[in-house]
Amino acid sequence: MSTTTSAAPPRAPKETRAARRVRLTDRTRKERNLGWMLAGPAFIAMVAVTGYPILNAIWLSLFDFRLTDPSGREFVFLGNYLTILTDGLFWQQFGITSLITIVTVSVELVLGFGLAMVMHRALYLRTALRTAILIPYGIITVVSSYAWAYAFSNTYGFVNGVFGLGEYDWFGGTWSALFTVCVAEIWKTTPFMSLLLLAGLAQIPDDYLEAAKVDGATAWQRVKRVILPNMKAAIMVALLFRTLDAFRIFDSIFIMTAGAQNTETLSFLAYRQTISRVMVGLGSAVSVILAILVVLIAVMFVKVFKTDLSQQRGDKK
Amino acid sequence: MFRKTCVASSALVLLAAGLSGCGGDSGGSTTLTYYIADAAQEDVATRCASESGGAYAFNIQRLPNTAAGGREQLLRRLAAEDRSMDIVSVDPPFMAEFANAEFLRPFTDSERQEFSRGVLEGPLLQSTFRDTLYSAPLYGNTQLLWYRKSVLAKAGVDPSKGPVTWDQLIKGATQAGVTLAAQGRRNESLMVWVNALVSSSGGSILQAGSENLPAAEVKGGLDSPAGAAAARIMHDLAVSPAAPAGFSTAGEEDSRAAFQAGNGGYMVNWPYVWAAFDSAIEEGTLPANFKDDVGWAAYPRVEAGTESAAPSGGLGLSVSAFSRRQDLAVEAIRCLVSAQSQKEFMIKAGNPAALAAIFDDPEIREKFPMADEIRTGLDAATPRPVSPYYGDVTGSIQTAFHPPDALSPGTTPREANQLLEDVLSNKRLI
Repeated sequence: MSTTTSAAPPRAPKETRAARRVRLTDRTRKERNLGWMLAGPAFIAMVAVTGYPILNAIWLSLFDFRLTDPSGREFVFLGNYLTILTDGLFWQQFGITSLITIVTVSVELVLGFGLAMVMHRALYLRTALRTAILIPYGIITVVSSYAWAYAFSNTYGFVNGVFGLGEYDWFGGTWSALFTVCVAEIWKTTPFMSLLLLAGLAQIPDDYLEAAKVDGATAWQRVKRVILPNMKAAIMVALLFRTLDAFRIFDSIFIMTAGAQNTETLSFLAYRQTISRVMVGLGSAVSVILAILVVLIAVMFVKVFKTDLSQQRGDKK
Repeated sequence: MFRKTCVASSALVLLAAGLSGCGGDSGGSTTLTYYIADAAQEDVATRCASESGGAYAFNIQRLPNTAAGGREQLLRRLAAEDRSMDIVSVDPPFMAEFANAEFLRPFTDSERQEFSRGVLEGPLLQSTFRDTLYSAPLYGNTQLLWYRKSVLAKAGVDPSKGPVTWDQLIKGATQAGVTLAAQGRRNESLMVWVNALVSSSGGSILQAGSENLPAAEVKGGLDSPAGAAAARIMHDLAVSPAAPAGFSTAGEEDSRAAFQAGNGGYMVNWPYVWAAFDSAIEEGTLPANFKDDVGWAAYPRVEAGTESAAPSGGLGLSVSAFSRRQDLAVEAIRCLVSAQSQKEFMIKAGNPAALAAIFDDPEIREKFPMADEIRTGLDAATPRPVSPYYGDVTGSIQTAFHPPDALSPGTTPREANQLLEDVLSNKRLI
């Protein structure tokens, strides 16, 4: 087994826009129009409910504006952005956010892959198994965060009892508090990762695996040379979705540490400026920066890692 | 065709019904929406509504449990000029912020006289802003020093024999192998502690006169010996063996749990704990004779020769400036903060009344044997800084004075002061 089996078809040569326009048949055009008519209202509604707040947030981010002091509103152009980007707290929280994202997504990928394999290969109780694995994802994040906060509590939690840690205060130090937050996140979202990976696994034709088996490939070789390369697109999509999600982490930290012990993330920074301090301008600027970072992550995945989003829809086979 | 028209018109009717539901005028014109912070307020409200003879009824809305959560919800709704709010329960330190933003209806002179009559100085002081009454005091609050009588001999510190200092308590608790519980958690309770320590040595978090200044001109008063004393005491306790486990994450309830534990010795906390001990005894989590071992005294001093400035808290009832039934709301407040209501509330919630006369009530004196100490504490209590930018002030203090074990009298006061001023002038984030 020296060659890698790949399901991806050779790429078609790039078409120019003009060439594509010429080739549109009446039917295609009508289908396209129908598509717009069907999706149009939803599209307009989406633009109205998301576009306006986004533009308003960008506009507000240019002001020094405290909600309790409307008369003191002052245009500061990019002043808020300067304040944020020159403040060490922003970079510290950027670091914490990135750390949580990298750790949780990496662990979730490994665990999620294992669970996807189990769900894919299970011969008995398949439905029950899949349901059991997916339950954590069905729980509201705030509820699961409370559950973990209680579990790690040094007064009534079970974790210290099980591991014989006495009155160890998990939430009393940065690293231990971050550990608990990561555990809660991983527990909650690994099922989502495994669901996306399961979709990728299901797309691998059994023939490939059988052919590899006939060629004498070991189980590890089959995973490494057949399954993983054929799942690359699904893995990248799963990573993209989870990274975007993990980077915006808020609920778990809000419930478990309330941001104490330097566990605040960028979403928390936006929350504190906007909601606690009612500094709407500064908070909007943090939110805009956070949104830009999220877009950058998405662009990085799509352009640099060449993540093919169409794979997830099953367009290509 | 008929069916289609029918479906479309039904949808419109439903939509209209939904929209009118959002208008907030639910339950008729005599229904007042009352935002409560404590479950016991609901019982009082029910009685008031029935006594009003149908003049008003209440639609009760519960605010979040934490002080910060309550502030945020009120702030968001009031800033959005939510007309469905009539009476709101305001934690005194947040009142200035709301009043400055013109979110609250000021009480008229005659109403002020009426709601001030017989009210203790501390609760009244924190209900006024720029010489205008914005809240009718429902209860006042102050912390006491609670101790277990059984540990006194071993600790060598007996608060019943006279005022004690924080240093004596830390030393005594360490010597006796018991805990001294205080609130080291990064939330409003930390601000309460810092303010009490700073005020007890004659300092103040904000310099005098700052309540009328624009945010950028407000000056902090922490870079002072008083700020240093606060940082030193907090640090000394946090690193001493007398600090209960999880000190930097302990709020009021955690402190109570530490005090109730086998190695509990001393605790600073609000008087609600007395009623909470009863509940714990009823539930069977505490022995029936637990309260026999509990004593109380005035809040600890920072310096032996200077009287302590105990923390000040409480709750006031305000009328939203956006309410469409303001006069009716004032009418309802008359009942909600009446002597009978305050007594009822004190018995149910364990929170001290704001009216002086309640402390002489025989039933109250029987249920609260520490009534005199509470009353004295309310008089000596020092409110948290009065500032229209209180959110920034408390946020900065909570950031700079946490975790307590990392504080240093040499650097913390200066850094805290700098952070406070920078945050207020929009130069730094918290």
